Amino acid sequence: MAKLETKIHNIVLKNPVMTASGTFGYGEEFADFIDLSRLGGIVVKGTTGERRQGNPYPRMAETPAGMLNAVGLQNVGVGTFCKEVYPRIKDIDTNILVNVSGSSIEEYCSVAEQVDALDNVPGIELNISCPNVKKGGMGFGTDPAMAAQVVKEVRKVYRKTLIVKLTPNVTSIVDIAKAVEQAGADSVSLINTLLGMAIDVERQRPCLSTITGGLSGPCVKPIAVRMVWQVAHAVQIPVVGLGGISCAADALEFLMAGAKAVQVGTANFLDPAVTVKIVDGLQDYCQRHQIEDINDIIGII
Amino acid sequence: MKQIADFTIVGREQLGEQYFSLTLRHPDQLPAIEAGQFVEVEVSDCREVLLRRPISIHDVDEEQNTLKLLVQIVGKGTRKLSELKVGESLNLIFPLGHGFSVRGERPLLVGGGAGIAPLFHLAKSYSRKGVEPTILLGGRTKALIPVRDAFEQYGRVFYATEDGSLGEKGLVTQHPAFAGRYDHICTCGPTPMMKAVGRYAMEKGVECEVSLENMMACGIGACLCCVCDTDDGHKCVCKEGPVFDVRKLTKWLAATK
Ligand SMILES: Cc1cc2nc3c(=O)[nH]c(=O)nc-3n(C[C@H](O)[C@H](O)[C@H](O)COP(=O)(O)OP(=O)(O)OC[C@H]3O[C@@H](n4cnc5c(N)ncnc54)[C@H](O)[C@@H]3O)c2cc1C
Ligand SMILES: Cc1cc2nc3c(=O)[nH]c(=O)nc-3n(C[C@H](O)[C@H](O)[C@H](O)COP(=O)(O)O)c2cc1C
Ligand code: FES
Repeated sequence: MAKLETKIHNIVLKNPVMTASGTFGYGEEFADFIDLSRLGGIVVKGTTGERRQGNPYPRMAETPAGMLNAVGLQNVGVGTFCKEVYPRIKDIDTNILVNVSGSSIEEYCSVAEQVDALDNVPGIELNISCPNVKKGGMGFGTDPAMAAQVVKEVRKVYRKTLIVKLTPNVTSIVDIAKAVEQAGADSVSLINTLLGMAIDVERQRPCLSTITGGLSGPCVKPIAVRMVWQVAHAVQIPVVGLGGISCAADALEFLMAGAKAVQVGTANFLDPAVTVKIVDGLQDYCQRHQIEDINDIIGII
Repeated sequence: MKQIADFTIVGREQLGEQYFSLTLRHPDQLPAIEAGQFVEVEVSDCREVLLRRPISIHDVDEEQNTLKLLVQIVGKGTRKLSELKVGESLNLIFPLGHGFSVRGERPLLVGGGAGIAPLFHLAKSYSRKGVEPTILLGGRTKALIPVRDAFEQYGRVFYATEDGSLGEKGLVTQHPAFAGRYDHICTCGPTPMMKAVGRYAMEKGVECEVSLENMMACGIGACLCCVCDTDDGHKCVCKEGPVFDVRKLTKWLAATK
């Protein structure tokens, strides 16, 4: 058996396979299908200061080899998460990470601070793709200075592992990655969804209530691999790779491109057991290629 | 408990141009299935289809260990499913969602189009409780009401077609049987039909359950794509539905879309 264990800052993962925020609920939804303790980690739904209803229906459209979503951060809010959800999931034998979202720096800090108090959450993933309501709705993650500022403020209140999730909807993702590294991030994860749009020509209407939405699934994978490779070469902190992963070979592309761990998103909808199949596939691959430690192939490209 | 399984297709029937049914045998033992629950079907080897498709459980045969799906061909995924042959296999996630409560002594079941699919297992469930439901099925034409006679073993069946080719001419809500005295109404079909039925039930103070067919990505409550704007906020149709009590849907009933 090859060693699959990897590390993201202080977090030890039993294998590099985690789940992507917003595609795996709170993990419980998948308990009928897989043994959750076989995962390297679970990143729960984007969590904000208050409960949010998200965008109006319809907020999903299938596109070639992918899908658009405009869920819009529907979630129970950090208070309910800590009181009701956390006690239900805290003893799952894996790393539970909270995806922290917000519309202002204060909101990000407040959520991060409350999550900091949860013993069995070793880290957060800061979702800086959200629009900043105070700055005219511009995404925090699309401007290096703004991204650095939010990371710096959260860093002051959050002591454990701080992963910053980057949006691909920028001219240079490397610039953003360097800015958040400088500001104190322990790791970066990428990519979030790509801004896209689809039109129902029969009804002559946009498919989504919000007109535009986030593209995910197999179609985004080559872009994600490219970005992970670029960022892994530009920063010292560990990179978590995601975007379109649906099998072990996909995960291996990200690892070889320099990711220390991967996340699986949309593929969970097609096969709720896909994550453990990827774990098994990584083990098979290592055996076939006589690799003793998965870390030996990380970043070989 | 939800599961993923490869079923074997043991029967296929074409029902007019637009509909077909598939009878699927479970590899082991089927779990208990409520009327109104659904499956998420994998559409394999289809370049244009990524996501699974939600389809209601039309009938369950515990002895044969089979379940039946009734599918209307409306697009690429359902067309691909229509090409499946007996002997091939089909991967399903099931049983999903919450079904009908099967309450009432004088129930009315109102179905339109593909919405009649879950009403068959529902009629059977009532019949097993010793209750004979009134069943009112509608469609634009006779050919668009794919299952007819089979319902008659479980209840009194009436039809409404817009062209008058079967039963009364008009909409189900205009059918004389619709105005009868019932203590519970269940409906599944096109949204305007379900809203008309739901509004009528609210007005008359009759309990009413509707089965919604929102677009879904995961079917298991993980993605939050399939929400309905209920009076308690956005609820996932796949997990908290697809069957809802209309008293929780006053906002939805009032919305024109
Ligand atoms: C809980 C549930 C139970 C269902 N049960 C049945 C059933 O028993 N039998 C059956 O025939 N159908 C049923 N449906 C509807 C079925 O899921 C859709 O018709 C199917 O997904 C369309 O796939 P497609 O690839 O053929 O269409 P696509 O090519 O994806 O789309 C073609 C057209 O169909 C419309 N469409 C797509 N998905 C839906 C949807 N979910 N509801 C309404 N219109 C849609 C699209 O807007 C488009 O106009 C059910 C849906 C839900 C949510
Ligand atoms: C329905 C849906 C909801 C999502 N919600 C979130 C979220 O709340 N926070 C977040 O950071 N990313 C969210 N994402 C983005 C995913 O975590 C992931 O970055 C993206 O989907 C790319 O990976 P994939 O192609 O494997 O799905 C969501 C994606 C989908 C499809
Ligand atoms: S379809 Fe994913 S939550 Fe309902």
